[in-house]
Amino acid sequence: MDTFIRSFAFMQERFPLLLEKTGQHVWMCAVVIAVSVLLSVPAGLVLGHLHRGEFLTTSISNIGRALPSLAVIAIGLGFIGLNFTNIAVALLITAVPPILSQTYLAIDQVDPDTVRAARGMGLTPAQVLLRVELPLALPVLFSGVRIAVIYVISAATLATVAGGGGLGDIVLGQATYGIEGVVAAALWVAALALVSDGLIWGLQRLLAPKGLRVSGVGRGAG
Amino acid sequence: MSQDPSTAPVGAQEIVFDRVVKAYPGAAAPAVDDLSLTVPAGEICVLLGPSGSGKTTALMMVNRLAEPTGGDIRIGGRSVRDMDPIELRRSIGYVIQSAGLFPHQTIADNVATVPRVLGWAKKRTRERVAELLDLVGLPVNEFGGRYPAQLSGGQRQRVGIARALAADPPVMLMDEPFGALDPITREHVQDEFLALHDRIRKTVVFVSHDIDEAVKMGDRIAVLREGGRLAQYDEPRTLLKEPADAFVARFVGADRGLKRLSLLRLSDLEPAAAGEDSAGLPELPAEATLRAALSLMVAQGTDRVRVRGADDTRLGTVSLDAVRKAGAA
Repeated sequence: MDTFIRSFAFMQERFPLLLEKTGQHVWMCAVVIAVSVLLSVPAGLVLGHLHRGEFLTTSISNIGRALPSLAVIAIGLGFIGLNFTNIAVALLITAVPPILSQTYLAIDQVDPDTVRAARGMGLTPAQVLLRVELPLALPVLFSGVRIAVIYVISAATLATVAGGGGLGDIVLGQATYGIEGVVAAALWVAALALVSDGLIWGLQRLLAPKGLRVSGVGRGAG
Repeated sequence: MSQDPSTAPVGAQEIVFDRVVKAYPGAAAPAVDDLSLTVPAGEICVLLGPSGSGKTTALMMVNRLAEPTGGDIRIGGRSVRDMDPIELRRSIGYVIQSAGLFPHQTIADNVATVPRVLGWAKKRTRERVAELLDLVGLPVNEFGGRYPAQLSGGQRQRVGIARALAADPPVMLMDEPFGALDPITREHVQDEFLALHDRIRKTVVFVSHDIDEAVKMGDRIAVLREGGRLAQYDEPRTLLKEPADAFVARFVGADRGLKRLSLLRLSDLEPAAAGEDSAGLPELPAEATLRAALSLMVAQGTDRVRVRGADDTRLGTVSLDAVRKAGAA
């Protein structure tokens, strides 16, 4: 309990340090999430539209869930060595599965009657995907991104072992910052995850079509 | 209700199923087997059958959501195979059960779907949407900005019909369009659609598993049996009077005589003069069906009903005997 209280004193005293590390942390996570979205969303959209690849996406998702980031880094040691590439790969392997599988599911689960109506009216496959399936899939798709963001923010603390910076420098730096520093930085990581989740939820509310909120379709999917 | 081909409306087109077969790979029997029938321009043809009779498959081959594996379908003399599927579908109205409205789009946007993909000017699209929503009794000022979830089931179905009519297609395909509605709403929307059809006279292929709906909506009824084979194709009156075989007889039901009566109205009969003795008789409007008249006579234990015309004029009486003769005619 004492450590816990001292950790808040640490936050006050070392606020500029925490801010700097948070900046690095956020930047690293933002890049990883952006790359993951660019890699996974188009693939998930196309596979979901074709209703193919359920096995592939589920398997990737399960493997991703079963592999701790630390294990991925350890495996990567043998191939890439301990450097920032190793960390980046580990974080991507953390982020891609939930985004890919939720994107696939989101599209795959759009009401088949709605899609049949769209096709029957003469929308091209691209129009069906972009005008009907994607907007209807956004809430579930976003839930995948939110999962990925939380995973990546916590896993990114490991970046420090390869000199990647971020809040991990403090969380894994008990020798330098003391136990109160470790607790303070860990609390910040948790807070960062919660705040980011809230921000993306806000973005989802902004982007997801108003009609879905009215109808409650996809509500609670996050 | 059926029409002489020479009076067929401009804009509606005849649909011909010519020995159409649809066999899915790996299936033991075809879903649709050697289906041949002609839907005259401007008429409503109901494809009626139990589940597994291939009626939805037959419908989906018209707009090529399913491709025939044999035979041909022609619309206005042109084979659907010769048309680009996307172009073809844009020229055919399509309504499905529970309407298939896009929940993320407003009612106005839903109705504007086909005009937009056809690249209509904004003003023309807006005017067309307003016209159509008026046509189905949902004025654009009140309903255009709402979302499908904010409408009742019956209203959604009317939007589905408006959406299907947006580009003024000569042909409409309706796949159990009223199947998800409660009986009272269904009756209401059916009546509305029939009134609408009287004005727009599209050629309609309508899938149903409900004989009452088929008798009510169809100018002609095609009864399909399992395996997608045509059992009988006739006008409702003929179908009810002379079922082609035991399957059709069973499908149209033991009460087919009553169903025939529901096709006739009191106004179709010549009422007898109402004497002094008619004072205590139950009364029905002239547009009531003979089925309703029979039901009333049975319920009230009388053998005559009084017929009320427009403006509450008394037209005379109709007897049980007259109803029976009309039903057997």
